[in-house]
Amino acid sequence: MLKINKLHKSYPIGDSSLHVLKGIDLSVEEGEMVAIMGSSGSGKSTLLNIIGMLDEADEGEYILDNVPIKDLTEKKAAIYRNKFLGFIFQSFNLINYKNALDNVALPLYYQGLKRKERIETALFHLEKVGLKDWAHHLPKELSGGQKQRVAIARALAANPKLLLADEPTGALDTKTSHEIMAFIQSLNDEGKTILMVTHEEDIASMCKRIVRLKDGVIMEDAFVEQVRASEYV
Amino acid sequence: MFDRDLWREIFQSINMNKTRTLLSGFTVTFAILLFALLFGITNGLLNTFDSAFVDDAKNSIFINSGRTSKASNGLQAGRQIQFENKDQKWIEEEFDGKVQYITSRIYINVTATFRNEKSSYSVRAVNPDHQFLENTKVTYGRYINESDIKNKTKVVVIGRLVEEDLFLKTTAIGKYVNLNGIQYKVVGIFEDDGGDNEERYIYMPVSTAQQIYGNNDHIDQINLTYNPDMDFDAAIGFSNLLTRKLKDRFMVSQNDQRAIRVRNLANESKAVDQMTFILGILVLVIGFGTLIAGIVGISNIMIFIVKERTKEIGIRKALGASPSSIVLIILLESILITIIAGFLGLFLGMGILELIGPSLEDYFIKDPYVSINLVIGATFTLIIAGGLAGYLPAKKASKIKPIIALRND
Repeated sequence: MLKINKLHKSYPIGDSSLHVLKGIDLSVEEGEMVAIMGSSGSGKSTLLNIIGMLDEADEGEYILDNVPIKDLTEKKAAIYRNKFLGFIFQSFNLINYKNALDNVALPLYYQGLKRKERIETALFHLEKVGLKDWAHHLPKELSGGQKQRVAIARALAANPKLLLADEPTGALDTKTSHEIMAFIQSLNDEGKTILMVTHEEDIASMCKRIVRLKDGVIMEDAFVEQVRASEYV
Repeated sequence: MFDRDLWREIFQSINMNKTRTLLSGFTVTFAILLFALLFGITNGLLNTFDSAFVDDAKNSIFINSGRTSKASNGLQAGRQIQFENKDQKWIEEEFDGKVQYITSRIYINVTATFRNEKSSYSVRAVNPDHQFLENTKVTYGRYINESDIKNKTKVVVIGRLVEEDLFLKTTAIGKYVNLNGIQYKVVGIFEDDGGDNEERYIYMPVSTAQQIYGNNDHIDQINLTYNPDMDFDAAIGFSNLLTRKLKDRFMVSQNDQRAIRVRNLANESKAVDQMTFILGILVLVIGFGTLIAGIVGISNIMIFIVKERTKEIGIRKALGASPSSIVLIILLESILITIIAGFLGLFLGMGILELIGPSLEDYFIKDPYVSINLVIGATFTLIIAGGLAGYLPAKKASKIKPIIALRND
């Protein structure tokens, strides 16, 4: 599903440069639910961004669904992102002037689908996250948990191979976090591959595998007993 | 570009971001409105200057006589100088080739009656050349001609307003009008750009007036135009020489400013030409100034808009938008707003000029008009400038890595 070999990334800081990722090897199979953990500056977000094609590696190999991801033009990266990846962000990143339905339908617009199909698919996914009745509300009229669920529906809309979540519960209270995690777990139960960055141990423990990063290298990579979020809800 | 979904996206963005839309629209509307108003008003000033001189030919020289103010050649001061037909003939012969048109003028005040209508008018008894000196436009019939002068015929050419006053809705041509008890045949109707007063005059042959109203050769005024081939200096030299020779002819002291007065319009029209030139430059400066201000305004707003939308651009890119689709959506939105706002400003400007134009005549602004092509040109300049100003930051924004656009701050 996803294979990474000897990935390096550094950022220029003035005259010198900061070596953020120092040779990462990681492979993820279909249906896995992986948490990438680490303190801030460990390189976990950078790794996720490279996997998400939002950023490019300096060195190393990255293969996603048997497609080598390298030398991407902007246009190609856009197509790959649209086809392979669904993003869930800490700050939701909904477009504030579009209602929930239009937000969910946006990736489908960039897939070139007809409006009728877009609306149908978007409604289907909104229903899945339990927000069908909120389809015509603007983001500002939704609670944090609802916004994140709209964002999840949007990430699912294009039927991506891989769901990437960057601190998906970072902006939510504990109760809502558990609701969101329960939902993400149910997606994984249905077979979606999920990769998430978090620094919260209890959130990480709800995944099936934890990869710990420190100073740009993988310190630990272990499969864990998954804690079901529904226990808390 | 004619993709319905794309336009749906654009209209949604315009609709849901009203402040932004109004802000950028207002800048463009205001720039075009100012452009139209300033251009119109300056044009109005120019029109005033132009129309001040359409009444008479620009190369006119007017010669008037009066009483002498200084003694000369053994004659006392206070002597009345009186021009006669022979003086006009003398000028024609003396300055052959330098004079283009020449005419005498006698002023007579009359009461004119036609059937039950009665009114007072000024009559100008003139030679045929007068038509060209005064820029008289004969709309019906004919002007005074040489055979009228020779035969002292009792004919008149009346102004448009005289016809309106006396003949009401009927045509005056061929009818007889009574001036102080004598019947004159109306042979022509004229119009004059010099204004309503000019269209209340009545012209008759100078010889007829001399016979009827004094039985002499007297004339009140001699008007002429100099050969238009003469430049300004030659024209001034000509009128100076004419003045000197006339003063000698009537034995008037060269220092006497009252007995013989020669007014050369070249002096005035030169001042007007200079004024017109300066106003013309002013128009250009104002026009370009407003346009540049508008361009700077729309550019600033475009940069601001792109900055404001950076996050949205990041989200769209993360969801699979290509850079070109980002540029297209921002550009089309800005061009659409500029077009609508620009034409709004255009119609507002034209409307206001149309509305307040007549009331500005008191302030020396006549027909403040701006050609629609010019304003449309200005609008398109702003559209192109807005497009360019939007393109560069949009292009830059479309290249921002989504990760930077989405950074939490």
